[in-house]
Amino acid sequence: MNRLAFLFLVTLSVVPAVADERLEATVRQYREALKDASPGELFVDLGEELFRTKRGLKHASLEACDFGLGPGVLAGAHAQLPRYFADTDRVEDLESRLMSCMRQLQGFSEDAFPHHARSDPRMPDFERLAVYVAAQSNGMKLAAPLAHPKEVEAFRIGERLFYRRAGAYDFSCATCHMQQGKRIRLQQLAQLTNPGEAQGVFPTWPAYRVAPGAVHTLQDWLAICYWAARHPQLRYGSEASIALQVFLAQSANGGVIAVPGVKR
Amino acid sequence: MKRAALGIAIALLAMPAPAPGQDALAERTEAAFIASFAGGEPSVLIRTGLQDEVQRLCSEHRNAPPAGLAQLIEGAQRAAIRYPAKLMGDWKNGEKLAQSGYGGRFTDYPPRAENGGNCYACHQIAREELAYGTVGPSLLGYGKARGWGVAAQRLAYERIYNSQAFTACSAMPRFGHNGVLTPEQIAHLVALLLDPGSSLNR
Repeated sequence: MNRLAFLFLVTLSVVPAVADERLEATVRQYREALKDASPGELFVDLGEELFRTKRGLKHASLEACDFGLGPGVLAGAHAQLPRYFADTDRVEDLESRLMSCMRQLQGFSEDAFPHHARSDPRMPDFERLAVYVAAQSNGMKLAAPLAHPKEVEAFRIGERLFYRRAGAYDFSCATCHMQQGKRIRLQQLAQLTNPGEAQGVFPTWPAYRVAPGAVHTLQDWLAICYWAARHPQLRYGSEASIALQVFLAQSANGGVIAVPGVKR
Repeated sequence: MKRAALGIAIALLAMPAPAPGQDALAERTEAAFIASFAGGEPSVLIRTGLQDEVQRLCSEHRNAPPAGLAQLIEGAQRAAIRYPAKLMGDWKNGEKLAQSGYGGRFTDYPPRAENGGNCYACHQIAREELAYGTVGPSLLGYGKARGWGVAAQRLAYERIYNSQAFTACSAMPRFGHNGVLTPEQIAHLVALLLDPGSSLNR
């Protein structure tokens, strides 16, 4: 069966299972069954095609993009992100680095980039590109650096943001993600300050999500978390979104990259 | 009362001045936060961009304020509680409110329904609802465990209205204080907890 047909059937069979518990159990079985052939792989293939396509004003591909290990080096690149980049003089995560390369190599302007991850029509291209680049580090251990002063500053800002309570619900990231072995309704919560738990989840993004039947990136997921925490719309590639990843990556360092993960 | 005032005075004296590097970092973080969010409902932007004093202190102390400060927070939160005409509403209405997570998300504006309390997200309540969270304690059999009198009703009301009147920097949203639920809606939740016929007491 070709991948598209398979994806379609899987989506059909899963979506009507509205009960959270059933969905959770389905995802577990599903993850097992699809270890070698996740529907997320389809998005990796689509991402590779897009990565190699000449696009933009400069009619160039992204093949010369430098993700930190040199132009065009993809193997292991995602395992050392987020990190400081001298050419932009800032700390970038996978997705903001993709935007930098699209600006520099392909000549794209700001209006080509999503304003926010959640439901922006420009997101699917970034989801595909991100999952393709990330998958080239599969099997490697996350080793995000914390050496450059801007990396250290981003870490400290991310740490403060993690504990920053605000809004109608008084929530911070820590409200849910400092809890050990707890859940919201039937959704298990990862204790993200605990390396044992952070290592198991952080390096599995971008991930294939069963309910929407799509690949979501960490930027997507952070935006959804903030939405549920009664916060405003997180800007795509914003400083807060990168700083939080720098903070979380230090907890997740040592975890093995396994992209695309499969989530509910 | 005198003892409380003395405690407050001691707490104020004992509070350490922040280290100078911390102030700059706090300012940088606030600037980053404000620059990183946009769109959706303006009131959500304002409420999250500007923390209230309790949110700011709980963030600063990572939800573990020193004892003196905790006492100040609890005292101030308790003094701000407002009450409805009747503490006990209708438990069936309460069950609906406990189920609903509507309200406060930027996609919930303009409002299309009344806000819910989202109680099942964190608490076990009615025996027949299996999709409950475990961040908060189970409330199954609440009436039996806590008593049925007016004092228990008042306590339940106050805890839902503002849990930080009891535990400073508690994880539970201050539903009444923050205007997520009205005093009348909270009275429906009190009935859910304390009506002998309600789904969690039967």
